[in-house]
Amino acid sequence: MKKKILIVGAGQAACSLAGKYRQQDSEAAITIVGEERYLPYQRPPLSKKYVTGEMSVESLFLRPEAWYQKNDISLLSGHRVVRIVRKSKQVQLDDGRVLDYDKLALTTGTRPRALPNEMGGELKGVYVVRGIDDANAFAAEIASGRRALVIGGGYIGLEAAAVLRNKGLQVRVVEMADRILQRVACAETSNYFRQLHHENGVQIDEALGVKRLVGNNGRVAGAEFSDGSAMEVDFVIVGVGVVANDDLARDAGLNVDQGILVNSFGQTNDKNIYAAGDCTRFEYLGQMVRLESVQNAVDQAESTASNMAGFATPYTPYPWFWSDQFDVKLQIAGLNQSYTDTVTRVGTKPGSLSVWYFAKERLVSVDAMNDPRTFMTAKKMFSSNQLASVEQIRDPDFDPRSVLGA
Amino acid sequence: MPTITYELADGTRTDIKVDVGANVMRTAIDADIPGIVAECGGAAMCATCHVYLEKDSASAFTAISDVEEEMLECVAEDRQPESRLSCQLYVPEGIEQVIVRLPKTQG
Repeated sequence: MKKKILIVGAGQAACSLAGKYRQQDSEAAITIVGEERYLPYQRPPLSKKYVTGEMSVESLFLRPEAWYQKNDISLLSGHRVVRIVRKSKQVQLDDGRVLDYDKLALTTGTRPRALPNEMGGELKGVYVVRGIDDANAFAAEIASGRRALVIGGGYIGLEAAAVLRNKGLQVRVVEMADRILQRVACAETSNYFRQLHHENGVQIDEALGVKRLVGNNGRVAGAEFSDGSAMEVDFVIVGVGVVANDDLARDAGLNVDQGILVNSFGQTNDKNIYAAGDCTRFEYLGQMVRLESVQNAVDQAESTASNMAGFATPYTPYPWFWSDQFDVKLQIAGLNQSYTDTVTRVGTKPGSLSVWYFAKERLVSVDAMNDPRTFMTAKKMFSSNQLASVEQIRDPDFDPRSVLGA
Repeated sequence: MPTITYELADGTRTDIKVDVGANVMRTAIDADIPGIVAECGGAAMCATCHVYLEKDSASAFTAISDVEEEMLECVAEDRQPESRLSCQLYVPEGIEQVIVRLPKTQG
């Protein structure tokens, strides 16, 4: 009998999982249910080339519509799953429909943390950047000379700030923590990007909280800060982190803890329910992590698809990330969350810099700013487990490529 | 209309008719050609769209940028003189056929 494979959530992980599953089972009925009315699409360009108009909606789509037909993958767009009924192996949709499954995959992603309503989060002109609709609303505000406030100095906030500044807006970034990128990078990397934004005319204020946004006829008009100061604004971008969409799983009694907990096979505590991508949390080098990245959405989804199809394939993540701001290409290999030391190396070109993170002498991550050679070298070090030592990296004359065997 | 010919590592060939200006990576993704991953979606960030561009057509394409050059140094499969990132290749005018060979692995 044909197996029923149901995938809830229609982003990168869903698309990768469906495609990989189909390669291994030509018979199964595969269905993807997604809330948004678009074909599954890439999110990274939303805060970059999409809002500036350099990329069309169609160019965001991961696969054309014909691909889903060719691979016999049903796409139920514009529908939300409201409940998983594990006992009868069914899910219920928002229109009351009930779908059966043999194996269920949750690829529900994350949602941006919103500014609370009492702080003015409900005002018009306050945006998050997660989906195409968010980006469209944000893009409509872009016009030279307008004043934008970006709340949160993480990658999304800084990317948005760079795009807005390039379009001639007055841009101010406020970050509550002591420094921008504090959660995701070391001080050297923060310094590099602070300077980059300053040179390009973005005002950055760190250790400054937003007390509240002030409205005028329901639309944001100003902001008040923790130090008692205030400013007028035309619109606001909020980039203060994301929350895993694990509610469906929690309500169904699956184990969740800041994400859907899965083992290395992508399996939850129900053997017929799997999860992959940003919404999952799992063990990586002895710590529980959520890897919010395209890499994880693709690789974890593909290994999970193989497991669902009956081919035991444990997932070993080789995390990598990227960001674009002004003329700087940031590429990150590995995951730095447990680091104890960093070593900074100046690259061979002007403006190129790399920061090497070590956890008790073991290389765990590298931030490469305008230094693709170092990024590629580091990525290969991790995937081949040929790691450079602290001593080697501290020596400015040492060529990191030399640790990679032929 | 120009043709892009994708030759898989096992020798299988697929011809796709395209417009001038078509992107070699995007065309492969849309046509479901296996062997091109393109994790970063064409931002020259990941080097998982590595191809070998046949010499006859190579000179008509935009030259390799510094970024592409550095990314190619550590690709998963052998770097060769014909190596390119297909996300950086747009089919130029005045060319009938573009032949790209795909490596066995992208990483």
